[in-house]
Formats: sequence, structure tokens, C-alpha cells
Amino acid sequence: MEHFIVLLLYLSPVLLLVVGGLVGRSRENRHYASIHQREARFAQQPMLNSKTVPAPETVRTSKMVAGSVVVSVDRFKQFLAALRTIFGGEVNAYSSLIDRARREAILRMREQAAGADMIINVRMETSSLSQGGQKQMGTIEVLAYGTALWHRKDHEGSYAS
Amino acid sequence: MILSNLETLPGKTIVAHYGLVQGSTIRAKHVGRDIAAGIKNIFGGELSGYTELLKESREESVNRMISQAQELGANAIVNVRFSTSSVAQGAAEILAYGTAVRVE
Repeated sequence: MEHFIVLLLYLSPVLLLVVGGLVGRSRENRHYASIHQREARFAQQPMLNSKTVPAPETVRTSKMVAGSVVVSVDRFKQFLAALRTIFGGEVNAYSSLIDRARREAILRMREQAAGADMIINVRMETSSLSQGGQKQMGTIEVLAYGTALWHRKDHEGSYAS
Repeated sequence: MILSNLETLPGKTIVAHYGLVQGSTIRAKHVGRDIAAGIKNIFGGELSGYTELLKESREESVNRMISQAQELGANAIVNVRFSTSSVAQGAAEILAYGTAVRVE
């Protein structure tokens, strides 16, 4: 019995790695499925990062919208990234996480701008909230914000992209 | 109060500038949330407790910025920017700033 407990203690980091990796992957796949589905819904709404207002005389209202999300990496990816720092190169384990976070933040911003004709001046900001110090990435927050515009309906088509 | 991260408000004219206004807040999460986040850290993905926390703090700092602008007699804030920094372990500062203006 004692041996078993000692063995479990030694194996627990590995166990966390494997379980974390498996659960993390299935959650990532589910998240991507939901991102694709929601992105398709907003495909008709233009989103620009330029400041210029197209056809400013036809703008009815404008409103600032924002969306944010906090994500963290799973243990397995942390391990992969640590390995990667030995050899250098792209850290794929983190790329997909940040990609998911950005797209999720943008989607949340778009959900706030429901019914708007377009969102302009979109800005994005990423900050690290990690407790693990500077060495590992850990937890990040992504914020997306912009200005949603509603045009007057009698001018529809004048701002067509 | 109308907010915008543009330098002007589309469809409106700025008649007076009141200068920079800002609001900020520093928040720490409570222990319960921290433990839950620690467990979620194993599996990765969204930490909804933190998302909620930062969203609340951002609203708070925007509200502080708005009340500063109201004291100046402004009715809109343009060129709004956000900034987040982690000032200490487990505490984040959220800053919102912009230019207070009067529009017609």
C-alpha cells in the first residue's frame, strides 16, 4: 500500500500532464467548432480596423463595444512549450490558444453589436495575468474593442463594401 | 454619455474639448476563484471566473472615467483606450482613458 502511494506521488505530474492534455484537446476542438459556427453568423457584418467612417452623413448612432476573454494553457501544452524553448521555433501549443482567445473576444464584441451595420476602428490588446512569473505564459487576457455603427435605413447601399 | 474609440463621433460635431479623463481600478480575485482557476489550469481553456472579474473591473473603470467627464460638463468621451497591467501577483490594474468632449 505504501509503495502504491509513493508510486502515485511520483507519477502524479505525469498523470496531470496526460489527463490535462486529453481534456484540453477535446475542449479545444469543441471551442473551435463553436467559433466556426458563430463566425459564419457574422460573416455579413464588416469589421474594419481603420478609423475612417464610411458615409458619415448617414450614420444614425454609434456605440463602443468590447469583448474579452481569459484563457490558460493546459499542462501538456505547457510541457510542449517548455521543450520548444530548448530547440527554438514556433510554439504551436500556444499559437492555437491565443488564436482561440482572439477570435472568441472578437465574437463577444460582435455579439454586443448585434444589428449594427459595421464595426470600425477595432483594436486588440493582450495582457498576461500569469502567476507563474515571466518564465511561463500561463494565463492571458485578450480584449477586443471598436465602434459599432448603425446607418440610416434610407441610405442603405451607400456604404456597401 | 456617448463613448467612442474614434477621434470624432460620426454624425455629430464636437463643440468643446475638456481634455483627458481617466478611470482605473485594481482588483484581486478571491481565494475561491483562485483555487477553481488553479484546477482549470490543468485542463486549459477559458477561465470564466477571471473573464467575469476583468469585465466587472473594466466596467468600473469606465464608470469612473464617465463620472470624471460628467464633472467637467462633457456629454461624450472620444478616443477611448484600455490598458491592463498586472501590478502584483493575483492583482490586475485596468485603466480606461479618453478625451472628454461636448457634442451637438
